[in-house]
Amino acid sequence: MSNVLLWAPVAFGLVGLFLPKRAVGWWAVLGAVATLGVAIGMVVGFNGSDSGLQYTVDTPWISGLGVDYSLGLDGLNLFLVLLTAVLWTGGIAFAAFREQERPKTFFFLMLLAETATLGSFLAQDLLLFVLFFDFMLVPFYFLFGAWGKDRTEEGGPTAAAATLKMIVYTLIGSLLMLVAAIATAIISADGGHLTFSIQALQHQGLSLGSQRWIFWFFAAAFLVKMPAFLLHGWMPDAYRAAPLPALAVFSGVLAKVGAYGFLRIVLPLFPAATVEFQEIILVIALASILYGSVMAFTQTNVRLIAGYSSVAQLGFITAGIFALRADGSDGAILQMVNHGLVVAPIFIIVAILVERTGSEDLREMGGLALRAPVLAALFLIVALATLAMPGSANFVGEFYILNGLFQAKIVFAFIAISGVAMSAYYALRLYQGTMHNRQPDGLLSREIGLRDALVLAPLVLCIVALALYPQLILKRTNPSVEQTVAKVNGGSAPNSQLAKK
Amino acid sequence: MNFNEPHIDYAGISPLIALTVGICVVLLSAVFKPTKRWAPALTLLTLGATAGLLIWHWNDPRNLITGALRLDDLAISISLIAILTASFCVVLSTGERAAEEAGSGEYHSLLLGSVLGMVLLAQATNLVTFFVALETLSIPLYILCATNLRREGSLESGLKYLIVGSIGSATLLYGMAFLYGGTGSTGFAGIAAGIAHNGLDGDPLILIGIAMAAVGLAFKTSIAPFHQWTPDVYQGAPTPITSFMAVATKAAAFAVFVRFFDVALGSQLDTWQPALAALAAISIVVGNVGALGQDSLKRLLGYSGIAQAGYMLGGVVVASEAGTSSLVFYLAAYAFMNLAAFAVIVARERETVFGDDIRAVRGLGAERPVLAWPLTISMLALAGLPATAGFIGKLYLIEALVEGDYTWLAVFIAVGTMISLAYYLRVVAAMWMDSGRETVPGGTPAIAGASPEADPVDPEAGRRWYLVGPAVLAAAATVFFGVIPQPLVDFAAHAGASLF
Repeated sequence: MSNVLLWAPVAFGLVGLFLPKRAVGWWAVLGAVATLGVAIGMVVGFNGSDSGLQYTVDTPWISGLGVDYSLGLDGLNLFLVLLTAVLWTGGIAFAAFREQERPKTFFFLMLLAETATLGSFLAQDLLLFVLFFDFMLVPFYFLFGAWGKDRTEEGGPTAAAATLKMIVYTLIGSLLMLVAAIATAIISADGGHLTFSIQALQHQGLSLGSQRWIFWFFAAAFLVKMPAFLLHGWMPDAYRAAPLPALAVFSGVLAKVGAYGFLRIVLPLFPAATVEFQEIILVIALASILYGSVMAFTQTNVRLIAGYSSVAQLGFITAGIFALRADGSDGAILQMVNHGLVVAPIFIIVAILVERTGSEDLREMGGLALRAPVLAALFLIVALATLAMPGSANFVGEFYILNGLFQAKIVFAFIAISGVAMSAYYALRLYQGTMHNRQPDGLLSREIGLRDALVLAPLVLCIVALALYPQLILKRTNPSVEQTVAKVNGGSAPNSQLAKK
Repeated sequence: MNFNEPHIDYAGISPLIALTVGICVVLLSAVFKPTKRWAPALTLLTLGATAGLLIWHWNDPRNLITGALRLDDLAISISLIAILTASFCVVLSTGERAAEEAGSGEYHSLLLGSVLGMVLLAQATNLVTFFVALETLSIPLYILCATNLRREGSLESGLKYLIVGSIGSATLLYGMAFLYGGTGSTGFAGIAAGIAHNGLDGDPLILIGIAMAAVGLAFKTSIAPFHQWTPDVYQGAPTPITSFMAVATKAAAFAVFVRFFDVALGSQLDTWQPALAALAAISIVVGNVGALGQDSLKRLLGYSGIAQAGYMLGGVVVASEAGTSSLVFYLAAYAFMNLAAFAVIVARERETVFGDDIRAVRGLGAERPVLAWPLTISMLALAGLPATAGFIGKLYLIEALVEGDYTWLAVFIAVGTMISLAYYLRVVAAMWMDSGRETVPGGTPAIAGASPEADPVDPEAGRRWYLVGPAVLAAAATVFFGVIPQPLVDFAAHAGASLF
């Protein structure tokens, strides 16, 4: 099952290279839907009370170097895999409804990116994870650079330059992570059998001295990817350059790989260093919340509003993980899914708005709700979910995170709360600025087309469904999360009372 | 008085015999009119026969000519890399003006002569064979660099290479003299025994010898700060020869580098290890920073070669089986990555008026995808991105370095790779993210920058099988060994095991 899930997208993509140009978009949609089907099948068949890995594949890949091809699903990655499959389906379908330049290569790269992302979620071998983590960048490099938008008239960089910046930033972390991963395995093996299996490495503890530097090498990779405050320099340029369907999946999923990496690798493998550096990471996370929110208030480019709001949301998720309590991490995983589900529709809506208004500036939009009530209604649901309205799954996620944080570090929790309030402001500002207000002259509002509604409505439906039943995720996530968090706390996890209820 | 007939292991030296015969046959074939056109085919035949004879001895190590040579898996694997590169070079030379002007027979027999030097060098276990092999390798290359008679740059390149190469050889020879003086032996094993026996541990005589030998070899492998010749020579030489030089020379020189330092000077590990590590670090920085502003693709690859040599030197530094294996793996991967790039450069050089300037590949993604993909894969692989042999090579090297307690050098490799992205991706961006309106294949060279002595443009060069084929083949191998690296890992592990 895991193998099928992982390789189906790229297999479809390769076949698509040999199809006629008109059919290739639909073929890609078919590929994404098929992958989604497999992912749903795996979620249905998942045993929620088991904290161990399921659907495992484990074969030696490069035996001389101790690298295995091993995949598996547990509570930590199950729903992130599903999220990937859902968002890619949406993104590809949205792109397929539109004319693309060089469509064969475009859709091939999109599907290749899906395989790479699924690979980094599924990998249970440290080196395989690093490999997929780095490889994710390659398709996005081409997607952003070749299909992106030059911003030279606005005094910004060309798409190629913006993408190069992104690559250099993210690979700084990734390459150090490669060294750190190899060091982890070699120091753990201590002259014995060399293995990169994350499961096996958990049982061989590292000395605190080694953990310290290795922790930061990994943290660098993950924090850049998110991006966290001070390491986000690549984000504005790349977000403005990127083609919107690719950006929807990029923002929806790739940032989460960083947060997921903390849960999968850093917490269980470097527990002592995690405890030692908990507060530093929390400070970074809170700085991301504050900085991201404030920037989201002031930007007028709609892409950047969404982009900076992601910085803030990812700060929240990181804070949840580094509460180092089961409820914090439960909330973090739920919130990763939630945020993916809201940010991708936002970018799709932005794409629709840009087509209507020909501008990405909030000041040049407005009054669209008048003629497009359905679009406005869909957008409203997304916006309310973004600001974590009680009743939404985002509310539940943020509640879990804050609950964990309160019990771990109360001072940080108080600051984090301000982030919740601020999210209301930027979400509503984005909604009002585009949908309400005065309609600028010469702007024609049109209702959302049936095809775009077909993309958007299911995503919104997912948000609603999750709002009604967040336990779907929490129940299956909790056993694995408790096990992970227990590693940090020396075996005894503070129980998450919430999930039990 | 009895005369003891020396035992000659003809089977063991058969690859050398095949090459020598090949050189004569190729040279003579050019003398007769009906056989004049056969030189490339005969060269390939010779290379194929040599490769076959080498593979025959795989996993069957033996000492030859009273210990002057040793035919083991390390020697065979490096020789095979050199032969592979030479074969590519022969194919890429089809239609190359330099080859025709210099005389096809001479051109190809010189190439074979250089290969002979490399095969010898990879086997050398004696200072004398070491030096003779190195000169056999170098002298034909000095000439080959200058074969593009009408280009000023080509002559300059040959001359520069000759002068700098001679300095390197002289330094090396001087160093050898010190080692011989101290130990009284020219054999690698004899030197090791001599150091131990004469109590020369850490003796200045030996240290000077080591230092000078290291400098001489650093010249040959273009390790900074002894690299200044590399970009100029790479740029000036005919491109197929550049590709041969970049890959094969490096492979052969590294083979003797690792053998000489591990076998003869293994006891002096503590003295040369930090020095070589420092050289590797300098090389990584100098190569990567130097490549940043280059517009000429050949110069860019020259600087990138300096940086890559720095990475590979890491495999020598750790002086372990894993280090040597990772070095061989990286050399093989490096061969594929570079050959793909050079094949594309050769095609574009003939197709456009821009020569090897980066403008020659602008908009290549839309115009000639079959050339753009190999160059893209090559650049991504050189930058060490996953799903290419370059990634596995870096992984192998870093593993060896961390195991050998040289984690800081591994971090240097990571940092160097980061810098390198800026120039490798610049090439990729030129191909895919830049509309190539400026390049009109076959158009009149009305644009500034076209040199008057440039070769005539062949608008169909980008479709010729002998240019596209090697590019695609090398790129496919790069990806193949990035996804299924096990065969190449086994190959390299065998080679590494032969020294330890």
